[in-house]
Amino acid sequence: MKAALIVFPGSNCDRDARDALTHACGEPPHVVWHTETDIPDPVDLIVIPGGFTHGDYLRPGAMAARAPVMRALIARAHAGTPVLGICNGFQILTECGLLPGALMRNASLRFVAHDVHLRVERADTVFTRRYRAGALIRLPVAHMDGNYFADDETLARLEGEGRVAFRYAAGSDCTPGPINPNGSARDIAGIYDEHLKVLGLMPHPERACERLTGGTDGRHLFDSLVDSLA
Amino acid sequence: MRAIVEVRLKEGVLDPQGKAIESALSSLGFAGVGTVRQGKLIEIELDESDPDAARAAARRMADQLLANPVIETYSVELDGE
Repeated sequence: MKAALIVFPGSNCDRDARDALTHACGEPPHVVWHTETDIPDPVDLIVIPGGFTHGDYLRPGAMAARAPVMRALIARAHAGTPVLGICNGFQILTECGLLPGALMRNASLRFVAHDVHLRVERADTVFTRRYRAGALIRLPVAHMDGNYFADDETLARLEGEGRVAFRYAAGSDCTPGPINPNGSARDIAGIYDEHLKVLGLMPHPERACERLTGGTDGRHLFDSLVDSLA
Repeated sequence: MRAIVEVRLKEGVLDPQGKAIESALSSLGFAGVGTVRQGKLIEIELDESDPDAARAAARRMADQLLANPVIETYSVELDGE
């Protein structure tokens, strides 16, 4: 599987994402700078890593969503190439309109950085086939603006179409605060687009790929993609 | 000509920052403080002398970047109006 990793000024999880992709794919991803107007073709997957692109000015992801490379990314997504946005990548995907809703300031007004438990809502997508539906997994979060908001009609549509990917859930340990770390609607941690090919999530699977650095529950997401797309 | 774009959170959208300001005002001893909502004000110098054109340009900027229609509304004024 060949992936493309999009990097913006202020991306800061791109190396972890590159390592996770290299490990899963057996080869490193193309790294594409935000000023590029093309993304190498073909690629099987496009990843937008976490970070604080453009300093989160105006709104998190607002500037990055309008970068030159995004036109190519949106065209590829519409043509069916899977897209994964992690943390700030999720914010960018909502800002550019590939995913509905918005990510607002955490209800606590605090930056949250700890592990959370998530429920895998479905295990039949290209991103999750290595998980079990309903499984509880543990991934780290690290964000200031992860409070997912959408109007009631959009939330109902997401639920009805099975487009909630991950939900914050009670686990046995590790969560020092409330189960939902940011106040997101319906405990949503990640959502899909209508074709289940675009996934945005606030937690960091790329930071949970090695036992040494806090667990391996994130690795299955990348392995799922390799299974599905290689 | 200067355009002033005011961006506000839509009604019904939770505003934790406004809430924090509200409670800080109360703890400073200001009595009778009701709901506080926080927004943004963006001033744009425009190379444009026609007010209608300036207003239209500022609206396009707000639609494309300055406001997120999922959570925000905006209004445009011209300086000196």
